Amino acid sequence: MSPALLCLIPLLPLLAAGVGALAPRGGRTLAAGAAIAAMAGAFGVAVFALLTTLRDPSAHLTYNFDWFDLGAGTVRLGWLLDPLTALMAVMVTFVGLLIFVFSTGYMKDDPNAAKFFCFLSLFAAAMLGLLVANSLLLLFICWELVGLASYLLIGFWFHKPEAAAAAKKAFITTRIGDLGLLLGLLWLYDSTGSLLFYDGGKGVLEAEALGTLVATTTAGGLALSTAIGLLLFCGAVGKSGQFPLHVWLPDAMEGPTPVSALIHAATMVAAGVFLIARVFPLMAADLALAAAPLHALSVVAAIGAITALLGAVIAVAQSDIKRVLAFSTVSQLGYMMLALGVGSWVAAIFHLLTHAFFKALLFLGAGSVIHAAHHEQDIRRLGGLRGPMRTTFVTFAIGMMALAGVPFLFSGFWSKEAILHAAHGWGVSHLPFYAGLAAVVLTAFYMTRLVAEAFLGAPRSEEASHAHESPPVMTVPLLLLAGGAVGLGFLGTPWWPWLQRTLDPGFKSEPGGAGLMVTSIVLVALGIGAGWALYGRRPRANATAPDPLQARAPGIVGALAARLGFDELYAATVGRLSAGTAVAADVLDRYVLDGLVRLLARLGQFAGLVNREIDEDVLNAGFDAASGQLRDTGRTYSRAQTGDAHGYLRFVALGFVLLVLAVVMGGTP
Amino acid sequence: MKGLPLLSLLVFAPWAGAALLALLRRASVRTARAIALVFSLSTLALAFVAAAGFDPARTGPQFVERHAWITALNVHYHLGLDGLSLVLVLLTGLVAPAALLSSWRIERGSRLAGALFLLLQGSALGVFLALDFFHWFVFWELSLVPAFFLIKLWGGPGATRAAYQFVVYTIGGSAFMLFGFAALYAATGTLDFGQLAQLAADGTVARKLAATGGAWPQAVFLGVLLGLAVKVPLWPFHTWLPPAYAEAPTGASMFLTGVMSKMGVYGFLRILWPIFPGPLHQAAPVLLWLALAGVVLGAFAALRQTDLKRMVAYSSLNHLSYCLLALFAVAAATGGPRPAAEAAAAALSGTLLQLFNHGLSAAALFHCVGVLEARSGGRRGIGDFGGVRSAAPVFAALCGVALFSSLGLPGLNGFVGEFLIFRGVFGLAPWAAAVACLGLLATALLLLTFWQKVFHGPRAGAAAGEFPDLRGTELAPLVPLVALMLVLGVLPHLLTQFFNPLVTAWAGHLLLP
Repeated sequence: MSPALLCLIPLLPLLAAGVGALAPRGGRTLAAGAAIAAMAGAFGVAVFALLTTLRDPSAHLTYNFDWFDLGAGTVRLGWLLDPLTALMAVMVTFVGLLIFVFSTGYMKDDPNAAKFFCFLSLFAAAMLGLLVANSLLLLFICWELVGLASYLLIGFWFHKPEAAAAAKKAFITTRIGDLGLLLGLLWLYDSTGSLLFYDGGKGVLEAEALGTLVATTTAGGLALSTAIGLLLFCGAVGKSGQFPLHVWLPDAMEGPTPVSALIHAATMVAAGVFLIARVFPLMAADLALAAAPLHALSVVAAIGAITALLGAVIAVAQSDIKRVLAFSTVSQLGYMMLALGVGSWVAAIFHLLTHAFFKALLFLGAGSVIHAAHHEQDIRRLGGLRGPMRTTFVTFAIGMMALAGVPFLFSGFWSKEAILHAAHGWGVSHLPFYAGLAAVVLTAFYMTRLVAEAFLGAPRSEEASHAHESPPVMTVPLLLLAGGAVGLGFLGTPWWPWLQRTLDPGFKSEPGGAGLMVTSIVLVALGIGAGWALYGRRPRANATAPDPLQARAPGIVGALAARLGFDELYAATVGRLSAGTAVAADVLDRYVLDGLVRLLARLGQFAGLVNREIDEDVLNAGFDAASGQLRDTGRTYSRAQTGDAHGYLRFVALGFVLLVLAVVMGGTP
Repeated sequence: MKGLPLLSLLVFAPWAGAALLALLRRASVRTARAIALVFSLSTLALAFVAAAGFDPARTGPQFVERHAWITALNVHYHLGLDGLSLVLVLLTGLVAPAALLSSWRIERGSRLAGALFLLLQGSALGVFLALDFFHWFVFWELSLVPAFFLIKLWGGPGATRAAYQFVVYTIGGSAFMLFGFAALYAATGTLDFGQLAQLAADGTVARKLAATGGAWPQAVFLGVLLGLAVKVPLWPFHTWLPPAYAEAPTGASMFLTGVMSKMGVYGFLRILWPIFPGPLHQAAPVLLWLALAGVVLGAFAALRQTDLKRMVAYSSLNHLSYCLLALFAVAAATGGPRPAAEAAAAALSGTLLQLFNHGLSAAALFHCVGVLEARSGGRRGIGDFGGVRSAAPVFAALCGVALFSSLGLPGLNGFVGEFLIFRGVFGLAPWAAAVACLGLLATALLLLTFWQKVFHGPRAGAAAGEFPDLRGTELAPLVPLVALMLVLGVLPHLLTQFFNPLVTAWAGHLLLP
């Protein structure tokens, strides 16, 4: 397949978005049909693209084209086909397709469903454009459009003030990171003269450019590639909900649940991970400099480790089913960053792919629960759904076990194992590895708690007791995703690392790791055991019964439930700083600058007054007469200023005629 | 086409319309409106003719009309059009009819209002096309007269004070500029922009001015700078802007921000930079900071406004400061050790694009605020509305595109210009680009707050009751503007093709005499 055809992958959903935008308010079927058909088409093209890359996984097939002329040069964009692009595109289109289908059921009664499918398609187009871009500029454009789609979808129920606020928070928080990305992009452009990734030897990810970037030293003794890499990473921190910009992701759950599944779990938040994997040659370039004060990837590893642990800790004390999953997403994205940071980008992408399946599964399962329980999301008020919602329960449990890393059968086990293995082998520090291990226990614990609270015991509210299984249009996607959550892991086992070798033909599976595997199995068992002991053995009796963990450590759990106060901290610092600057800028304008202007005007008046006094009292009568004459003239003029606009207009017209006459008569040489 | 004075037609057709309106005392409101609109649209039609016959590869002025006028003073009637002028003429052709349509519902004195709009339009075109200081300055000053009356007669409660402040402040600035040009004329004996630029390029201007001795050369430069700085405005000479934009009637606000604010930047590019390259280079480090202050403080001050029109006015200050930032970065790097033609070309292309894009988005936003005002009996506080998107989805969608265009979302027109400005400024003064990012962030916060408070949430305030969606004359100005935002975001070469060779030539001559 020619890489020029790759543009079909984003263009088909874009077309569907156009159809959705123009569809009438009641055109739900049209918009949904277009969205699903386009996504299916994009999936077909993506599979075809994948088959093409499998022939020679080490090749980067590109198609570059001119966007517009700039100065003596041209701004160029392009498409890129390699296994990373193809695998990601297949995943996004497949998971997206299932979520689109699920949405037809979930959004059945929403009057604005046509717009919903329009926004979903726009999102898919932007995300897929980001994947197939062979230019950091094109990637950035799509990256921001993904942000726009996310904004529109989080705020889809915009009449709810919380949804509107959450949408704004997501956009602004990610934009903070994006400014770093923008600066990194500008720096890269300025120092290499190109933003194409691969361009027959002249691209920014190719040896020549990388050599220059590593060889140049900039502020703080950093290699230029390190500085640019860290700036690009800022964008990934924002988009992928990494500490310290993770605060928007849990709030983003205000959007309809399929949105949470599609963009705040499976695909969009993975864009940051994808970005770092895409520019990995640039991020890793400084590793060649042993004496460098800082390696870009070390920062990535540290941020990833902190996020993995932080997300898992906070998830323990959340009671909203979607927020538990949101923080688990934060934590799992931290794992992926950790993998990137320790140098194993293939492990990161492996986990990204498995996570996309089981997290989409979990979110859609949560959506099925919320749909059935009349929008009850508090797990303390759910319970007893195992009986009436058999398919949802079984598939949700599969997703939970995949996320928790239950051994051998579930995909999450294998991908997480690959990450832990890589972290263990990292020569710089073992701290990220230990953070990863701790997060394993916590993940198993909070997921067990979630399943026990939501599905076991007896219903603890009116809504939960009326729950019933969702229609097949919602459960069939669950079953298909569950299949992926199990099967995908076998593509990347240490015995047959097909996925790793496809992504990186130079991948070598290292021997050993059995001891590590045993350790993590023990930790998973520990986490599930503790969760079962606290929440599963004796399910809570009613919605207001105290949480067993909270009863034991109220202070800690309270702080965790309040998300460790990050939002308050930011409101008190960044928020106030920005508000303060705004006040200062306004006061400066209203009082200081405008005051100066008024003062000048007063001085002018005063000077006039003094002048008049001098004229009248000091200077001779002749001057007096002259100034009197002047004043008379002024009076005559002021009489002309009657305020009668017609009069003015007549003069203007007269002036115009005179001007024309002057031109005509003076124009003859 | 040969022999037809295309540029004179461009300039004087709106004035002819104004004269016609002045003469037709008995014309009905409908006729008056129709005449005004037709003559206003003439600019767009003639601009298309000019664009069709325009040869972008030639960087000098085209369609030149040059006739001796006041031979004793060596003054010529001299009009010409290059890529820069063409972009601004096209913009005027778009914004002026839109502004007129936006004021369609003015009942009181609609004939006079139409005539004043046409006068304003012709003056602005004169500024963009005149190549001799003498009548350039006449157009420059004449534009104030109709603007003054539009603000004063049809403006809000504080209109009189705002109008006076606007005119006195601007004339104050212009007086210094006039003085500067008088000195230039005394030194060089010409007022022709092209000749002055040539004399400047070979160092004659600097030499002759230096001959006057003392601080005169600096005073001449500062005089011209001040006249232009007030007009754009450059921070801190901007305090006339928020009240003037806020108190003006919607259509006048659209024209002021869409077209008149471009006159200042145009002056910087056409006059100050070519004629005073040396002094501008010396002053650029300070001016860079002022432009940065406009970018950052303008955006933050906007955050604090509760009046939506003042908010959009401040965001205009922010957006135009990007243009000046780019120009000053180029001026600062001029003659520097590092050949930076590529970055300079990006910065200058970005400036020209930003001029056009800001014209579209700011005019559209003022129009949207005007619609809100019309629906709510004159209220335009940010807290006076809520949930408008539920009541008027089409309005919300179009206004949303304008907002996102203004905040520089990729895929819409605003991004291309801002990206090129940042690309250029980063190459010339990286720290300035980094500081300016704060402005980008504040702008996003500002515009999303606007959108959230007015359009989202439950229906409240003036939108709680009946709030119909856009109708004919409200839709008509908005649709073409929004359509262009979408088109130019994807196909910027539709515009850049006109000026890319010109900008390349500018960027190739970054040498000091």
